[in-house]
Amino acid sequence: MQALTHQSIAVNRKPMTFWERLYLINIIKGMMITFSHMFKKQPTIRYPEQKREFSPVFRGLHVLNRDEEGREKCTACGLCAVACPAEAITMEAAERMEGEENLYKEEKYAAKYEINMLRCIFCGLCEEACPKDAIYLSETFAPANYTRKGFIYDKNDLLIPNPITSAAAYEQAKGVQA
Amino acid sequence: MSEQILFKVTVDNITIEVPAGTTILQAARQIGGTVAPPAMCYYSKLKGSGGKCRTCLVEVSKGSEKDPRPMPKLVASCRTTVMDGMEVKNITSEKVIDARAGVVEFLLLNHPLDCPICDQAGECHLQDLSFEHGASNTRYEFQRRTFKKHDLGKHIQLHMTRCILCYRCVFTADELTNKRVHGILDRGDHAEIATHIEKSLDNEFIGNVIDVCPVGALTDKTFRFKNRVWFLKPMDAHRECPICSGRVTLWNRGDEVFRVTARKDEWGEIEDTPQGKPGWICNTCRFDKKQSSDWVIEGPRAISRQSVISQGHYAGKVGTHIPNETFSAINEGRAPHLLMDIHNESEVNQTNIHLSENEGPSNGSTFNQNINNA
Repeated sequence: MQALTHQSIAVNRKPMTFWERLYLINIIKGMMITFSHMFKKQPTIRYPEQKREFSPVFRGLHVLNRDEEGREKCTACGLCAVACPAEAITMEAAERMEGEENLYKEEKYAAKYEINMLRCIFCGLCEEACPKDAIYLSETFAPANYTRKGFIYDKNDLLIPNPITSAAAYEQAKGVQA
Repeated sequence: MSEQILFKVTVDNITIEVPAGTTILQAARQIGGTVAPPAMCYYSKLKGSGGKCRTCLVEVSKGSEKDPRPMPKLVASCRTTVMDGMEVKNITSEKVIDARAGVVEFLLLNHPLDCPICDQAGECHLQDLSFEHGASNTRYEFQRRTFKKHDLGKHIQLHMTRCILCYRCVFTADELTNKRVHGILDRGDHAEIATHIEKSLDNEFIGNVIDVCPVGALTDKTFRFKNRVWFLKPMDAHRECPICSGRVTLWNRGDEVFRVTARKDEWGEIEDTPQGKPGWICNTCRFDKKQSSDWVIEGPRAISRQSVISQGHYAGKVGTHIPNETFSAINEGRAPHLLMDIHNESEVNQTNIHLSENEGPSNGSTFNQNINNA
């Protein structure tokens, strides 16, 4: 029969010799490989005390952005939600009333904005779709949880701290690459 | 009467026979598809419309069989009637594509481009046109024009900055109402749609100006900011209306009717009723009948595959029957062990908040108030 590949090796069916039947040599061989790893560089790190650096294109938890005056940029245009392949984003829009101009940048704003992190696949299409630079993906990931309830992130969870009232928190949230 | 005279006209190398007196645009629309020039101001159901926006410019490379000279300039196809043997170039002409890009640039000079806020986004003709022909940046260096805000009553919201002065709403008011109360005031750069002085539009058929507006200048106040059109479920429905045809499209979220519009055909114009008349609808149907029980639902509306509105993929029996829950049926009556009802966690689309019952747009208190009550 013609061989399917050139890499196949015929099974050796010769009876084993005495030394081979002892298995001792093979056990020693295997142990040598095992012990040799004690002197090699560790591929793992001790998370969470140690953390790896993220790649510059890492896509983590979403952040809802504010402008330099601390107003929310999102206008609830729904482009992130329509771009989302996992249908993780939902929102409710509302009209900005008089006296709220310092809170919201545009005439319309997202009164409710939710991302279901159970559905999110962190593809970053929402960030790409956003015409207002209001949403971007940060360098953190969603913390683990025992229940599903905690993974529905609402606007309070997503909004970046206000650069006017809490400047230090804003700088920290902005991260190094922003 | 003798037989109708048929003219042979060729648009983009496709020949069609049309009755004498047909415009080039109508002939091209009979061929259909991309051959039909875009039209921002022309509206076939409104007499006298057209000839203003210049987006429908086409090149006539052969005037007629008797006079085969080409027309010296690009012509507005909505106002030029066909001649026998006429040859027209639309998308096959470099000149037309270039001219159209120029026209779009002019239309966008003063346009605020606030599509993320605008309720028309997704069904806006100017949006389609600029997507097709527009440049990504503008050469305009001055302040875009702004206007003093006019209130047109409790149903219609006017955003004058978005207006392209197509005059469609003026013709609509002329044709459907006895006395037109709005019109174009002032001239040139100051020209604006307004009433004189500060009247509200309250004719029973004036709501149709929302449907004819090619941009988001005239929008439905009862739908304002409630949802984006592409998240809504368009359903054909009808009701016995004593004053209008009663044939509408409902825009639902779940069973809630967020918006009612007339049915629009592939050119974005109001569809004809089976009796052959344009299916204008009255204000009662449009603004006051926001209950599913007011309507007989026929089924999901067929939306063009190219439209963003079709992203919901509503088809078949959607809206006319409720699907059964199958889990317990196939698991011998057992309920699922772990089940998270999204309504318990999510604050969006809460079951106790009915946006369709609100007169106008939501504001901050709309959602918070109801959550406290719940």
